[in-house]
Amino acid sequence: MDFLTLIQLLDSTVRLATPLLLACLAGLFSERAGIFDIGLEGKMLAAAFFSAAVAAITGSVWLGLAAGIASSIALSLLHGVASITFRGNQLISGVAINFLAAGLTVLIAQDWFQQGGRTPSLMGGGRFEPITLPFADALASVPVLGPIYAELISGHSFLVYLAFAAVPLTWWVLFRTRFGLRLRAVGENPAAVDTAGVSVVALRYAAVLICGVLCGIAGAYLSTALQAGFVKDMSAGRGFIALAALIFAKWRPWYALWATLLFGLFGALETRPDVIQAVIGMKVQGQLLGALPYIMTVIILAGFVGKAVPPRAGGEPYVKER
Amino acid sequence: MADNAPAIELKGISKAFGPVQANKDISISVMPGTIHGIIGENGAGKSTLMSILYGFYKADRGEIFISGRKTEIPDSQAAISAGIGMVFQHFKLVENFTVLENIILGAEDGGLLRPSLAKARKTLVELEQEYGLNVDPDAVIQDLGVGMQQRVEILKALYRQADILILDEPTGVLTPAEADQLFRILGRLREEGKTIILITHKLREIMEATDTVSVMRRGEMTATVKTHQTSPAELAELMVGRKVLLRVDKKPATTGDVVLDIKGLRVVDDQKVERLKGIDLQVRAGEILGIAGVAGNGQSELLEVLGGYEKATGSITLNGQPLDLTGKGSDGRTRRQRGIGHVPEDRQREGLIMDFSAWENTAFGYHRAPGYQNGVLMDNSAIREDTAAKMQRFDVRPPNPSLAAKSFSGGNQQKIVLAREIERNPDLLLVGQPTRGVDIGAIEFIHQQIVALRDQGKAILLVSVELEEILALADRVAVMFDGVIMGERMSDQTDEKELGLLMAGVAA
Repeated sequence: MDFLTLIQLLDSTVRLATPLLLACLAGLFSERAGIFDIGLEGKMLAAAFFSAAVAAITGSVWLGLAAGIASSIALSLLHGVASITFRGNQLISGVAINFLAAGLTVLIAQDWFQQGGRTPSLMGGGRFEPITLPFADALASVPVLGPIYAELISGHSFLVYLAFAAVPLTWWVLFRTRFGLRLRAVGENPAAVDTAGVSVVALRYAAVLICGVLCGIAGAYLSTALQAGFVKDMSAGRGFIALAALIFAKWRPWYALWATLLFGLFGALETRPDVIQAVIGMKVQGQLLGALPYIMTVIILAGFVGKAVPPRAGGEPYVKER
Repeated sequence: MADNAPAIELKGISKAFGPVQANKDISISVMPGTIHGIIGENGAGKSTLMSILYGFYKADRGEIFISGRKTEIPDSQAAISAGIGMVFQHFKLVENFTVLENIILGAEDGGLLRPSLAKARKTLVELEQEYGLNVDPDAVIQDLGVGMQQRVEILKALYRQADILILDEPTGVLTPAEADQLFRILGRLREEGKTIILITHKLREIMEATDTVSVMRRGEMTATVKTHQTSPAELAELMVGRKVLLRVDKKPATTGDVVLDIKGLRVVDDQKVERLKGIDLQVRAGEILGIAGVAGNGQSELLEVLGGYEKATGSITLNGQPLDLTGKGSDGRTRRQRGIGHVPEDRQREGLIMDFSAWENTAFGYHRAPGYQNGVLMDNSAIREDTAAKMQRFDVRPPNPSLAAKSFSGGNQQKIVLAREIERNPDLLLVGQPTRGVDIGAIEFIHQQIVALRDQGKAILLVSVELEEILALADRVAVMFDGVIMGERMSDQTDEKELGLLMAGVAA
């Protein structure tokens, strides 16, 4: 494998890791607050559709992004009402959101565009275009560092940089602010927060809302940056891989970055069987790579590689007792 | 505001949950700088009253005055601003946070953590000097012992400038030494002018620590008296409305052959920690051996091994025949077939399935017993009848076998478990915490049943963290500390002080 192939592979890793990272951080906020969310997938899918649809209609990708985030927030609120206000089962609510999104997106797409559940292909201002960082072209000829800067670091869409910037921001919010302290506390022991005179419900809604925003960006990225338009089921299990990454990352922001990059690399390799064959001298089925994130998560969950301890109050509705 | 206004005064507080009147027209007044005890049986309404004070429930009627001023307490935030701090029976701490983080939670200054943490660190040093409450601010809660965790709870309240401190059953989880320390701290707080309300069902603590005491019974405040003008016997009578025996009435034991013989028993848990470090014990027919000790020193593991759901090395014989400690024969059903009855420590998790009916619960462990089967099916109506009869004999109220286990009170749940195990006529009965969360009336009955079984010549192994109970019930006492037996005493030749030292790991 030559250097340029490596750069290409890593470049595609970054692209594929971005939606995983955004969804993983979304899940991190929600689960750190004690609300398990298997509806990441559905929220991404809904956001992917609405951002592509609005971008196609208005020709503005920014309006599309806003619509994607709004749709994702709407589903988040549904999850919040079901699991926080009415103390329903968080898994069931999440599953319902996934089904709802899978069905509704295609239904509405067909009604609006009559293209078999797709949106029209996005062009020009309807897409997030790659951003060329300063001096990228000038430095491209510098050996080693040049291609890394020009090919790998430069040339991504705005949302990619946003996703990577969200990692330190998430860390800072969680571990350096009052909101973060309370958020982590409410996922560990809501009774401690409640008796300290802080509203458990408000905190959990805030977490779920942040989750909605991040999922919305992840979905918008799929249909307006990674692809040019929405197709049926385009989230393709990324919400679940993000959940796997969250467990893999032990609910920590920096680990989430590494986990999603690793899973992104598997995704990139899936499309380049020639690279694998060149490196390990063996043919590997693409499906195996696709399954690797899940396999690794099962191994982690079984406790072989360190222990992943979820937030202690995760999944449990808070019922005030005496 | 008058200078001699009570720190806290309740007038005519009433609260009903559906048809149940939890608090009926309750009035108390506590002067500043005093320790006021509230004593009563489980379900007497103590906790409801405190929840009203801390803004968890809203009273149907009545008024609360803090330092002479009428105060509404709609939520915990209001209670905190009124200067009320609460130390709950089950601590409200975030286990993987540090002491400092727990203390500032909800009382931060501003949006960023660093300044809040720095300020709390400084305040903590001041509080430490003022009240002698030292604790490492950077320790993580889950690494601290319960005594220390409780201290963090008290510090949390003081950090929020609480003047009134409410402690709910604070000594339930403490060693006698830790409890003494707690009461020293409370004394110090009282000297500094804090007002303390101590909720407990332990008469001894009321007598030792409080200035005034109120007694609650069935939602009503039956009396408020000065502590030095009353006696434990009088308080006990006020609590239950009749005289109760604080000592168990029993004849001297007539012991027979060795029923249970344990030699060199070791248990290593999943984390590779040795929980039992070579236990030797014998229990004879016709005697009650009490295992005393602070919770978590290996008593639970001992019961689990004997009950058949924990693996161990060493040897155990029952009536001279060895028990299988690791293989196929080490399960609850086989143990029961061998004649070991087991009343587990945690009846709600191990003794019963709370959502199942009393008769289903009565069949557990004995579902293959003759009379309970009808071919391959269970003979439900036979089990139901049998359960009804057992419930009569053990005075379970209400005596309805179809009611779910969770619908019974703690004492009646325990009677259901006890009836299931005792009526199978076991050679050895294992009893863990027989009266935890059980009211005094039922305690008496349960103790009588255990003594009656002993008098039939059965061997009984009793594990309890209540020293009073061990001393009253057991014929012989073994004290466990850190997985070993610290010593054995005849219960009529020892006292709480000597056992307390052994429980703390001090060889006497």
